[in-house]
Amino acid sequence: MIRDDLRCIYHIAAKDMRTYYLKPPAVSWGMVFPAAWTLAFYLRSPSNFDDLIPGLIAMTILFSTTAAEAVVINFELRLGSLERLLLAPVSAESVLLGKVMGGFFFGLLMTSMVTLGTVLGLDLHPDLLVLIPVGLISLLVFSSMGALFSVLFKEVFEAQTFLNLPRFLMVFLCGVVYPISAMPWWLQQTSQLLPLTYTVEGIRAAFSAAPSSSSKDLLLLAVFLMLFLLPAMRMLRKRFE
Amino acid sequence: MNAIEVRGLIKRFDGFTAVDGISFDVKEGEVFGLLGPNGSGKTTTIRMLVGLSRPTEGGAKILGFDLSSGITEAKRKIGVVPDSSNLYDELSARENLLFMAKLYGVPKDLREERAEELLKAFGLYQRRYDRFGTFSRGMKRALTIAAALVHDPKVLFLDEPTVGLDVVAARSLRNLISDLHRKGLTIILTTHYLEEADHLCDRIAILVKGEVVAVDTPQGLKRYADERSVIEVSFGREVAGLVGDLSARLPGAEVVFLDEARMTVRGGDPSRVLEGIFEFSKDHDLGLSAINSIRPSLEDAFVRITGLSPTVMAREKGGKGG
Repeated sequence: MIRDDLRCIYHIAAKDMRTYYLKPPAVSWGMVFPAAWTLAFYLRSPSNFDDLIPGLIAMTILFSTTAAEAVVINFELRLGSLERLLLAPVSAESVLLGKVMGGFFFGLLMTSMVTLGTVLGLDLHPDLLVLIPVGLISLLVFSSMGALFSVLFKEVFEAQTFLNLPRFLMVFLCGVVYPISAMPWWLQQTSQLLPLTYTVEGIRAAFSAAPSSSSKDLLLLAVFLMLFLLPAMRMLRKRFE
Repeated sequence: MNAIEVRGLIKRFDGFTAVDGISFDVKEGEVFGLLGPNGSGKTTTIRMLVGLSRPTEGGAKILGFDLSSGITEAKRKIGVVPDSSNLYDELSARENLLFMAKLYGVPKDLREERAEELLKAFGLYQRRYDRFGTFSRGMKRALTIAAALVHDPKVLFLDEPTVGLDVVAARSLRNLISDLHRKGLTIILTTHYLEEADHLCDRIAILVKGEVVAVDTPQGLKRYADERSVIEVSFGREVAGLVGDLSARLPGAEVVFLDEARMTVRGGDPSRVLEGIFEFSKDHDLGLSAINSIRPSLEDAFVRITGLSPTVMAREKGGKGG
């Protein structure tokens, strides 16, 4: 049974990668947009470029995983293709996980390219034992966030529009380009409620001269993962009841 | 042996009862039709039977698997063709079939063979590398059926298979369904085309407002329509003024004028009715031009059983379907 579900999750993810993710709009959202954003900050302050790398990687994780998540679920719900997946001998939860894993794999590809490019190009030496777990769990968190927004709204444009709100809020409030410590007290408190804060914190820890433990970040990211994934699964099942 | 057993199935949506305690059996190897107008509960019934929707009450068994506890097992044995052709536009015909085969766990070494076999059987082999999005409606429908067969199911659910197709495509699809029936597949078909149900189905359940109002063979249902003989008669000139004389010659029969020179005669002893008509024609020198015995159609049966006009079926979903 579990084997059947894992097989379906893999095939759904692979199919989504091919049909939705590896297309110019998803690639531009996932990689070009964070790179352009980072370049803008680099041009403003070229001496601090290394400081921007954790933020660039975090943004790539966020934007690549959510680039087409709203499309892959809402669009297929509208076309009826999602029903076809639900007719297969697997649970609705596995179908949703397949969709989440599509975003995860695409995010992993984009993030790996950006990370390898910057690490090799700038001769950086991150602690991979910190960077890899934080990166992987963050990819799952934001792909699940995209899935949740996708099942919350009926139309593709609604899901994409409402998804932009937390995405851009997080870019400004989670330490991607501005340090959280430099923000007013109430914004610092707000940033603690946003998952990207822990992604950025974990990646910064991996890139710092004296790498610190990222257990707290990993734990909180795991909590966010459950907060996004479980309601998304429940809502998808409910749609078909 | 029964392939499907449905018992007291109920589906309610926010106080509205879409399916109201229906029960029926589908025998192995038969084509079973669910016939009814829009909103009669056909599609809701199918959606519950294939596991897309949970029944509010009641239950069903598919190939011995209970809908509530064994739906995943049942899904391995059933193929479903929804009312819309919902494969992936971006994938080719071959890729769509291979993807479906992967989802249903068809072994790797059999996938290609099975896809190729189906593409040939459905006349799509030459277009196997073309994207699904470029196909005509008829070809899309054919590939959607092929996709439902890729894992070699024992039961096939077809929801409105010919809706929106032109006459030629609809006829070709009906032939395809007949072929699948001959191969022993159990088929559950929903349709609102009376002729389609009559032509394809071994047995038919008529649904009205979520309830099964009749289950029988097409012939059995037609017997509900009118047990009396029906004869249609045409004369060479107007006879409406002579109705009194005609009725007197046809004891026990009911004469209904279709126009001034044409009528149907229902009931009575058929040999005495024919004798009376010939004498009537000869005595008044009317020039009898045609005389036909009319068999009741499924449409007559539908009207008699449901009390609905057959136009409620024709109006549905826009398409003619051939």
